Amino acid sequence: MNFETIIGLEVHVELKTESKMFSPAPAHFGAEPNTNTNVIDLGYPGVLPVVNKRAVDWAMKAALALNCEINRHTKFDRKNYFYPDNPKAYQISQFDEPIGEHGWVEIEVHGKKKRIGITRLHMEEDAGKLTHTGNGHSLVDFNRQGTPLIEIVSEPDIRTADEAYAYLEKIKAIIQYTGVSDVRMEEGSLRCDANISLRPYGQEQFGTKTELKNLNSFNFVRKGIEHEEVRQEQVLLSGGVIEQETRRYDESTGKTLLMRVKEGSDDYRYFPEPDLVDIIIDDAWLERVRAEIPELPDARKVRYVSELGLSSYDAMVLTLAKPISDFFEATVAEGADAKLASNWLMGEVSAYLNAEQKELSETKLEPAGLAGMIKLISDGTISSKIAKKVFKELIEKGGDANNIVKAKGLVQISDEGTLREYVTAALDNNPQSIEDFKNGKDRAIGFLVGQIMKQTKGQANPPLLNKILLEEIAKR
Amino acid sequence: MAKMTKEEVIEVAHLARLAITDEEAVHFADQLEAITNAMELLNELDTENVEPTTHVLEMVNVLREDKSVPGLDRELVLKNVKEHEAGQVKVPTILE
Repeated sequence: MNFETIIGLEVHVELKTESKMFSPAPAHFGAEPNTNTNVIDLGYPGVLPVVNKRAVDWAMKAALALNCEINRHTKFDRKNYFYPDNPKAYQISQFDEPIGEHGWVEIEVHGKKKRIGITRLHMEEDAGKLTHTGNGHSLVDFNRQGTPLIEIVSEPDIRTADEAYAYLEKIKAIIQYTGVSDVRMEEGSLRCDANISLRPYGQEQFGTKTELKNLNSFNFVRKGIEHEEVRQEQVLLSGGVIEQETRRYDESTGKTLLMRVKEGSDDYRYFPEPDLVDIIIDDAWLERVRAEIPELPDARKVRYVSELGLSSYDAMVLTLAKPISDFFEATVAEGADAKLASNWLMGEVSAYLNAEQKELSETKLEPAGLAGMIKLISDGTISSKIAKKVFKELIEKGGDANNIVKAKGLVQISDEGTLREYVTAALDNNPQSIEDFKNGKDRAIGFLVGQIMKQTKGQANPPLLNKILLEEIAKR
Repeated sequence: MAKMTKEEVIEVAHLARLAITDEEAVHFADQLEAITNAMELLNELDTENVEPTTHVLEMVNVLREDKSVPGLDRELVLKNVKEHEAGQVKVPTILE
């Protein structure tokens, strides 16, 4: 590649307020179409919007969590455009005085840390949802119209699709920790557009950028950027020029397709929103909001490494999603070993959630249950293998690990005498294995262990069994 | 004094989704030129140390608590709609 890729991302996040940004209509996902509207959302003549205080609090909270400076004087502006998703023909947004500016997040890709700048974070309202039926008409649901949104615009600091992915993960995690949004891409409460341009290595000036839309998952963001890099490179190498245009990512082909030639900012004819007065944020307001910001993922990560002895990678993975991180902390608080708790959450728990396509909260697993099971592993009552059976019970039906182990008779056999009986029987029944072992075939031990595990339904204490088996086989 | 061209008028009309003829564009170009030139008189004033005025009222921070009221009855919402289907507003497809 002779070119350097320059990427900037625009992330839209829906705030999970009770009411809308400028109207008291309910702002909830999943209601029957057109039942959560209000004359203000529908743009009836003579209506007046009024700003939702919590939406401002939360936009400020997100901005602070993303290390932005807060503009003490902030205002709304009107962005004019015609599209059937918006009955007012304008969107109330923020133009030159966004609530937050000059922020940053730190990402880590392939072990390398990098700071990505955030140009601005502004407040605006969402538009309605259009469904194209494919036979010449579209259906519009205005429930989403007016839902509070924040738009987070990154600096063009991102250079690769992997960095874009890491940046999105970090933004998502931070916003999730602040609690101002569900940040669910599948429900549209987090959306992303990507601006991409190429420039020859060493050149200072940016090339012409294209904007990529319809990126419905972090993976599509990655794939869309990768495709667009190649497309632009081919155009440039064949002597062509990149047009400033909006392209959409097509999930089925993995390609980007032209949507429209981009309108310039002038075409939106922004002007100060006449229906809303300015907002002045004083120290008391700012400090009240700042005090509400909980511990953020980076701080947790550091604490997991320094206080709980986890590896940096494990700490990073555990802190990506707040529900998992919270669950981990509760499990440790219930007395579980931190390393084991981390292994179980990142291993079995996460595999289960992926396979079942569930959220942790949708299962029956409780921190006390998981901690109970981990304690049984730590004190040798059950083996890790048996624990998997207990785990399945815990995550599907809930309950107490101790009771499950007792009720199902899963207690590990750690009695030397009993184990020795199993070993003697196995050796008596498998003289060939003894001979193989004496001839240097260590695999024979594995076979014998397997036989005994079968006999004991997996309940033999593995290290003890090994020890006794070696003792007994030596005597033969 | 700035010259307003026919093309500029057509572009602005398009942004406002107004259908105008070429003759009208020429006509409005003259009118708009007179208006913008009149506005440009304001540029003669020195506003170096004057804060932008977005509102004449000395009022800031007009906010409401985050309380919701039930949405409008859908029957009412759709009453002024030309066509609807399955509770949604039916419009011609405009692919961006």
